[in-house]
Amino acid sequence: MTQDMLYSICGLLLFGIGLYRLIAAPRILLKVLAVNIQGVGVFMLLVATAYPHSDPVPHAMVLTGIVVAVAATALALSLYCRIHELQAGSGTEP
Amino acid sequence: MSSLQLASLLPWLVSLPLLAAIVSFVLPGGRSCRWFCSAAAAIHLSISMALLLLIKRGMDAGGAVYNIGGWGAPLGIDLHVDGFSALMIMLTNGIAFILTLYGAAYFTDTRKQARFWPLWWLLITALNCLYLAADAFNIYVALEIMGLASVALVALQGTVVALRAALRYLLAGLLGSLCYLLGVALLYRSYGVLDLAALGQRVLSEPLSWAALGVITVGLLLKTALLPLHFWLPSAHASAPAPVSAALSALVVKASFYLLVVFWLEVMPSATSYHGLQLLGALGAAAIVVGSLQAIRAQRLKLIVAYSTVAQLGYLFLLFPLVGEPLHSGNSLGGAAISAIIYFIIAHAFAKAAMFLSVGNIQHVVGHDKLTGLNAIARYMPLSLAAFAIAGVSLIGLPPSGGFIAKWLLLNLAIDSGQWWWAVAILGGGLLAAVYVFRVINFAFNDADSQLGADGLFNTQGDGSTAAPRLPRMLSACAFTLAVVAIVLGFTAPWLLSVPGVSFPGAAGSWGQP
Repeated sequence: MTQDMLYSICGLLLFGIGLYRLIAAPRILLKVLAVNIQGVGVFMLLVATAYPHSDPVPHAMVLTGIVVAVAATALALSLYCRIHELQAGSGTEP
Repeated sequence: MSSLQLASLLPWLVSLPLLAAIVSFVLPGGRSCRWFCSAAAAIHLSISMALLLLIKRGMDAGGAVYNIGGWGAPLGIDLHVDGFSALMIMLTNGIAFILTLYGAAYFTDTRKQARFWPLWWLLITALNCLYLAADAFNIYVALEIMGLASVALVALQGTVVALRAALRYLLAGLLGSLCYLLGVALLYRSYGVLDLAALGQRVLSEPLSWAALGVITVGLLLKTALLPLHFWLPSAHASAPAPVSAALSALVVKASFYLLVVFWLEVMPSATSYHGLQLLGALGAAAIVVGSLQAIRAQRLKLIVAYSTVAQLGYLFLLFPLVGEPLHSGNSLGGAAISAIIYFIIAHAFAKAAMFLSVGNIQHVVGHDKLTGLNAIARYMPLSLAAFAIAGVSLIGLPPSGGFIAKWLLLNLAIDSGQWWWAVAILGGGLLAAVYVFRVINFAFNDADSQLGADGLFNTQGDGSTAAPRLPRMLSACAFTLAVVAIVLGFTAPWLLSVPGVSFPGAAGSWGQP
């Protein structure tokens, strides 16, 4: 098995693990982490695609993807914090 | 010459809303911001009108391409327009114009307004960019901007319920766009291009492209909220502010459906199968039934309208078996099926936006949208209720509304292609829609034990005033205008159906060659 094939399969596996946890995890924070792991899986697949041809295009895609992932994670965490604050204010446990 | 004019319009449709987002972020809220946004919406509307007219006036079906910075594919980013995307852009900017006027009157709180406008323009930017994108990765970026902007708009209400709905919407949306990105990665791995036209020429029917189409489809179905992936939609659409709900139901879910059509029928028809097309149709038919039944059982007006969206989205998916039968048997109903679905998208968008706005008006005045507390509301808010009822006529599909023509076209196709079972779903869905629309109207006209009259909100004081807050005239005018357009669409059918590029086949890629 070639090296880039190995990395591609690992990327798909990571995507699968993330998908499983996103559906099965009981808590929101775990779900946010799971989505990030899925993202990493896709990025790994893209980088492994680029490796044999030294192709810069997938790298550009991964870079854009990372920016999107950071923004989305920040939005998810700020929504989570806000829900937490509001519920702490009204005295109910989240 | 006209091709050049046409192409030079494209970058403005992306850059101007983006500029509007930045300017409205910097401008202090209040009157100046409202005027600026209304003017911006009018400019976008006129550009997209010009675009549609140029396309209509005898452009070839292939549409026009603009190379940003003169680079061109495969390295540069191209913008591309054809009849289908021009109609979608016209729809987006037309509804956005009315919703902008509505939003300017709806958000009285300056702080909320200051948050609303930048997000609103980002959403419009993303939608325009998505319809113009000519490569698969640019579509991903547009999808993400659209998703993030919609989530933030849902969260605008600031209540725990709305924030929870927004978080759920965000996670579902992220999963959807990551599935899409995975599919794009697989496609790039096999074919080495991202440009949709080039991809369309290279895609073969092989396991890797089936897998790619599969994950792309799942991702986009999640974003389009087709049953059983619709779980996030009712809460998100029902807890957003009224203009946002209207935009989400009328425009945002249609964008991912547009991509499904592009991928299944234009870019990768060779990787589709008869059974896949039938499966999408079956899920659509199930969505019609389940969504309508949920709408009939719902106790809140906004939830009724949101579940109705789930049901109406089901109709869109009947496109696939109706177009797919000819695709796999070689006759030529494909173009007619696409035209019928585009017509359905437009008719539903206006009707649904009108419904959400009229429900928003009721909520604005009464303070809640629980059905049982709204007896006799028609007496106090006749114009908003009329908008709701007229939009309902189009949703049910009674003549002469746009919804009637759309369903009529679909029915004809179902019969002509020998698939009568889809006709059952189309007619049954209309009956179920009648049940949930008339249920609301029944409450609205029922004077018995109304909580609003005698000693309620609308109890008339000595000087003729009531305790109910005054509804700005603009709000009811916007809802009513949208509802009227939903009916008038029924009379513009010949014009809309003659836009070139909507009448496939042979529009792009390998479509039409079995």
